[in-house]
Amino acid sequence: MADIALDRPAEAPRARAFDQIFQGATWFSAIFILAVLAAVIGSLVIGALPAFMKFGWGFITSDAWNPVKEEFGAWPAIYGTLVTSAIAMLIGIPFALGIAIFITELCPPWLKRPIGTLVELLAAIPSIIYGIWGLFVFAPFLQTTVQPFLIDTLGDIPIIGALFAGPPLGIGMLTAGLILSIMVLPFITSVTRDVFETVPTVLKESAYGIGATTWEVVWNIVLPTTRVGVIGGIMLGLGRALGETMAVTFVIGNAHRINVSLLAPGTTISASLANEFSEAVGDVYKASLIGLGSVLFVITFLVLAAAKYMLIRLQRQAGT
Amino acid sequence: MSPYARRRATNAVVLSLSLAATAIGLLWLGLILWTLLWHGLGAINLDLFTLQTPAPNSHGGLSNAIYGSIVMTVVATIVGSPIGILAGTFLAEYGRHSPVAPVIRFINDILLSAPSIIVGLFIYDLMVIPMGGFSAWAGAMALAILVIPVVVRTTEDMLNLVPNSLREAAAALGAPKWKVIVMVTYRAALQGMLTGVMLAVARISGETAPLLFTALNNQFWDQGGILHAMSNPMANLPVVIFQFALSPYQDWQSLAWGGALLITATILILNISARLLVSWKGFAK
Repeated sequence: MADIALDRPAEAPRARAFDQIFQGATWFSAIFILAVLAAVIGSLVIGALPAFMKFGWGFITSDAWNPVKEEFGAWPAIYGTLVTSAIAMLIGIPFALGIAIFITELCPPWLKRPIGTLVELLAAIPSIIYGIWGLFVFAPFLQTTVQPFLIDTLGDIPIIGALFAGPPLGIGMLTAGLILSIMVLPFITSVTRDVFETVPTVLKESAYGIGATTWEVVWNIVLPTTRVGVIGGIMLGLGRALGETMAVTFVIGNAHRINVSLLAPGTTISASLANEFSEAVGDVYKASLIGLGSVLFVITFLVLAAAKYMLIRLQRQAGT
Repeated sequence: MSPYARRRATNAVVLSLSLAATAIGLLWLGLILWTLLWHGLGAINLDLFTLQTPAPNSHGGLSNAIYGSIVMTVVATIVGSPIGILAGTFLAEYGRHSPVAPVIRFINDILLSAPSIIVGLFIYDLMVIPMGGFSAWAGAMALAILVIPVVVRTTEDMLNLVPNSLREAAAALGAPKWKVIVMVTYRAALQGMLTGVMLAVARISGETAPLLFTALNNQFWDQGGILHAMSNPMANLPVVIFQFALSPYQDWQSLAWGGALLITATILILNISARLLVSWKGFAK
């Protein structure tokens, strides 16, 4: 660049100034992302402080939720968040892996893109649509068919039966978990599909060459080589499930109590926020809700950071 | 059963299961879309676009909510996209070897999947309390924060696809770096970057959670000018759908289905055209 500056002395300083302004703008925008994260953490901590000051760490473990007496505890919401996400993972993971296996190993090439796109469209549908569909179509369906069946078959078995006790309400934690399992499908599928595609063809062909079946290639070659990436994709889906708000709000029933039965209504952190925050009166009530938000933020941040870390590790592995 | 036959049988069973998983996954998509058409088509008529949200048990439309959604989405896109594009440019061009770049990339990917309701809480704290009330500005800013990570990610990816020889050719002609980026790299990656913005618009046009505590809702058209409207609560499709769907009133529920169909159709069209835009580019090359 110095040589050019010698050739065109009049224009060079201005070009260099522009260069610095533009570079400064890109740098500033990039730093802005870090600033947003810092500000989010700061505002959550300050907002939640009154709740933690009043209740101490007992805020996390207490199951009280009484706006009139101003007693609040996060545990029922945390419990509901964890249980619904666990259901979502339990059902979502096998389906997501099945779809990824179908797309990468079984599907004729011309069908790969259309099916991949259709599955990803599941992620494009807004969560409020899942909510309205869940409340008016899915919950009544569960109430009349699946839930009575579960109660009749599993309800009398000791221990497991407690999970399926009570009347079939349609709404409840099981319904929320099932809807979440549909919503996490596209996220897990698209990551696992991508990492499956990174397996070197030579590896797979060697296995086929010694007579392995498609399933044996998937189980012995593809899955072991991509394990870290698959787990990363699953964690990414888990992060989505934990923070999902509107779909859950419609079907969970919003009850701040812990019920062993999966058929009973419950609440999650995000559903409590969506239902109560704009109508919460009093500083302690608001601070307790922001406290819930902080807990959610910490959990999802850790899960998503772990997911990202694993995917980066896989990339490095593939690079070497 | 010989070992070979058993292996073949296992293979057939597992592959059938994966086919079934795919079929069920697509079945959900079909079911949801079919339900939306079934309940929503009847609610789509001229009144939906011309009348404002009604009182319970009376006739009305969603004009103010549609308007509010468009206004807030446009403002959010105008605010968020430039920041996202510039930050993506930093990651792909200036900061390739900078030590902060991996950190920013990491944080950006986390923000991409972070719960949007947290963003609503944040903007409530940052704007709603200081400004003394819910406002469309706050709603638009909450959406803008959701736009940024999507645009950063696609911009960086698309800029990375531009061959270095293009940049080197421009630099060899004596172009300063900003000119290389704006006039050569951006131009080569334009379609991809546009796709990113479209995907961001698709993402925010259905977002409900961040608007609940920011823009809230407004049953009426704001009678002042646009600036007055922006400083007050503003109706928007997602929050109206949320409120109307959970109400016991027949008219409201029907409007909620109409709005739901409208939003979903818009988002799917945006999404599919964004994908076509990218593949069409690949086709041309």
